[in-house]
Amino acid sequence: MLSLLNDRALLWVGALFYLAGFITGLVALTRRKAPAGLRPVLNTFLVIGWVVQMTGLYVRGIAVGGCPLGNKFEIVQFVAWSAMVLYFFVGTAFRMSVLGLFTAGYAATLALISLLIPTWDLVRGAKIFGQNPWIELHAALAVFSYGVFGLLALTSLMHLLQNWSLKHKRLNGLFWFLPSVVQLGEINYRLLALGVLLLTFSLGVGAAWWVRDTNSVDYPKLIVTLGVWAVYTTMLFFRWRAWLVSVRFAWVCLLMFFIALFSLGPVNSSRHHEVVLTPES
Amino acid sequence: METHSATLFLLGASHHTAPLAIREKIALDESRASALAAFLGSTPGVQEFALLNTCNRVEIYGVARTPDTLLTLRAGFCETTGCTLSELDAACFQRHNHDTVAHLFAVASGLDSQIIGETEILGQVKDAYDNALAHKWTGPVLNRVFQKTFQAAKHIRTHTGIGFGQISVATVAVDLAGRIFGDLSSTRVLVVGAGQIGLKAAQAFQSRGAASITVASRTLAKAGEAAALSGGWAMSLADLPEAVAGADIIASSTSSPDFVLTAEMIAASMKRRPARPLFLIDLALPRDVEPVAAQLANVFLYNLDDLAGIAEENLAQREAEVAKCRAILAQRTAALWPQVAQSLNQRRHA
Repeated sequence: MLSLLNDRALLWVGALFYLAGFITGLVALTRRKAPAGLRPVLNTFLVIGWVVQMTGLYVRGIAVGGCPLGNKFEIVQFVAWSAMVLYFFVGTAFRMSVLGLFTAGYAATLALISLLIPTWDLVRGAKIFGQNPWIELHAALAVFSYGVFGLLALTSLMHLLQNWSLKHKRLNGLFWFLPSVVQLGEINYRLLALGVLLLTFSLGVGAAWWVRDTNSVDYPKLIVTLGVWAVYTTMLFFRWRAWLVSVRFAWVCLLMFFIALFSLGPVNSSRHHEVVLTPES
Repeated sequence: METHSATLFLLGASHHTAPLAIREKIALDESRASALAAFLGSTPGVQEFALLNTCNRVEIYGVARTPDTLLTLRAGFCETTGCTLSELDAACFQRHNHDTVAHLFAVASGLDSQIIGETEILGQVKDAYDNALAHKWTGPVLNRVFQKTFQAAKHIRTHTGIGFGQISVATVAVDLAGRIFGDLSSTRVLVVGAGQIGLKAAQAFQSRGAASITVASRTLAKAGEAAALSGGWAMSLADLPEAVAGADIIASSTSSPDFVLTAEMIAASMKRRPARPLFLIDLALPRDVEPVAAQLANVFLYNLDDLAGIAEENLAQREAEVAKCRAILAQRTAALWPQVAQSLNQRRHA
C-alpha cells in the first residue's frame, strides 16, 4: 500500500487522468455536436488528475525538504501543474471546454514525457535553494510563469487554427468549438502580460539575492533567463503598440514557448551540486 | 351498444399539403381564429382543442367524443375560412390518436418545418398551447400531450444536430461574424449598397445587437431609406475609404461592374486598426471586393458562393439528422401513447 503513495506513482496516475480527459474531450468534440455534459466530465478528469499530481509533487517536496524543482523532471511536472491551475481560472470563459481539451493534451504530454525519460529524474540539485524561502519563491514563480507561457502557446495554437479555418472556409468539426478570433487575441494578450509580470517579479526576487553573491548563478543560466524575459517583455511591448498582432503574434508566442522550454536545459544544468537519486524500482 | 374511446385528432393544412393560394385563403387572422375557436367550443363532442396558426400551417388539435365529430368540424372550418369542401379536401390532412402525437412531436421539433430544424416553431406551438390553456380549451389529454411535446422538442434540440449551423446567406454571415468577433455588441457594420440583400444582412446584424449600422449608397436618399429600415445611419459612397477604416464588418452588394472595395483600400484601412479583424461579406455579382484582399492578415473575405456553400452544407447536416430525430420521437411517442389512450378512454366515459 505504501508503494502506491510513491511520488512517481502518483504523478503517473495524475498524468493518466489528464490523458483520459484529453481522449474523452477529443472523442466528444469530433462528433458533430458535443454532448451537453462534456464540460463536467472533462473537468472531473482534470480536477482529479490535478489533485493527484499535486499530491505527488507534495510527497516529492516532503522527501526532498523543499519545493520540488530540483531537476528537469520536477520542473516539467510543475509546468504542467501550473498550466492546469491557470486553466481552472480562465477556462470557464471558453465554450465547450475546448481550452480544457487543449490543456489536458498539453499537460498529459508534458507529464508523460517527463515520466518516460528516467534520466531527467536520476539526479537533482542538492539544497538548491539553500534553505532560503525567497529563492524558493523565485524558482516557483519562474516555473509558474512558464506554465502561463505554456497556456499562451495553447491559446495561440487555437488562434492559428481558428484563423486557418476562417481563411480556408473549413468551419466544421473541432473548429466549430473554437472561441472567436477576437476573444483568443484578448486572452493571448492578457496571458502574455500575466506571464511577463510573474517572470519579472521572480527575476526581481532572484536579483535581490544575486547581487549579494554574484557567483551563486552561472552566466549561462543568467543569460538564458534574462534572454527569455527580454524577448517576452519585448513581445508584450510590441503587442501593446499593436506592432505584433493577430497571426504573427500567435506564431511568435507559440515558437517562443518552445525556445523557452528548451532554455530549461541550460538553466537546470548550471547547478553546482547534484545528488544521484535511487532509480525507481 | 358499441362504445368507443374518445379520439385524439388533428385537422390541418401546411406547406406540405396546401399551395400558397390555399394557405392564404385559410390563414386565420385574429377575428377568424376567434370565430373558429368559438365554433369548436360550441361543437358538441369536441372535448378539448388547441389551434396552431402560423404562416405555414393551420392545425386544430383536439379530443372528439366520436369520430363523426370530425365531419362537423370540417364543415365549420370551411364556413369560417370561406373555402369550399373540395378545396379543404385537397389541402387538408387528418391524423388520429397515435399519429397525432407523432405529428405534433415532429412539428414542435422543427422536422416538419419548411426550413428543417428552425426553432421559431417551438415558440409558436408554446404560444398556441398557452392560449388554449388560458381559455380553458384544453383538458387532461392535450395538457399531457403538449407538455410531453415540449420535453421531446427540447431533447431533440439538445441531443441531435437538427439545429446545426445557419441555413440562409444572411444568418450564415452573422454566424461567421460571431466566430470572428464573439459578442457582436461592439461591432460596427457598414453596408455598401442599399439593395434588398444588403438590407437583409443589415437587419440580421441589427437583430444580433451590432453596435452600429451604416448604409452607404451612391445616392444619399437611397442610403437613408435603407438605413431607416435597419436602424442605422446613411452616408454617401464618396466617404467610403474613411468608413472602411472604422468598420468591423462590411457587407457589400452594389451593382457596380468594378471593385468597390479594392485590396489597396482595405490594406490602407488595416494599417490604421491592425489589431482588429475585418470581416468582408461580398454579396454582389459581379463581385464588389477585390479577391486578393483575402490574403491580408486579419481580413476574412466571404462571397456569395462561400456563404451559400456553408448554408447548403449546414442544411445537409441537418437533413442527415432527421432520421435520428424521427427514431427518437417514435420511441417517445410509443412511450407516451398508452397513457394518452388511457386518458382518452376515461374521457369517453366522462
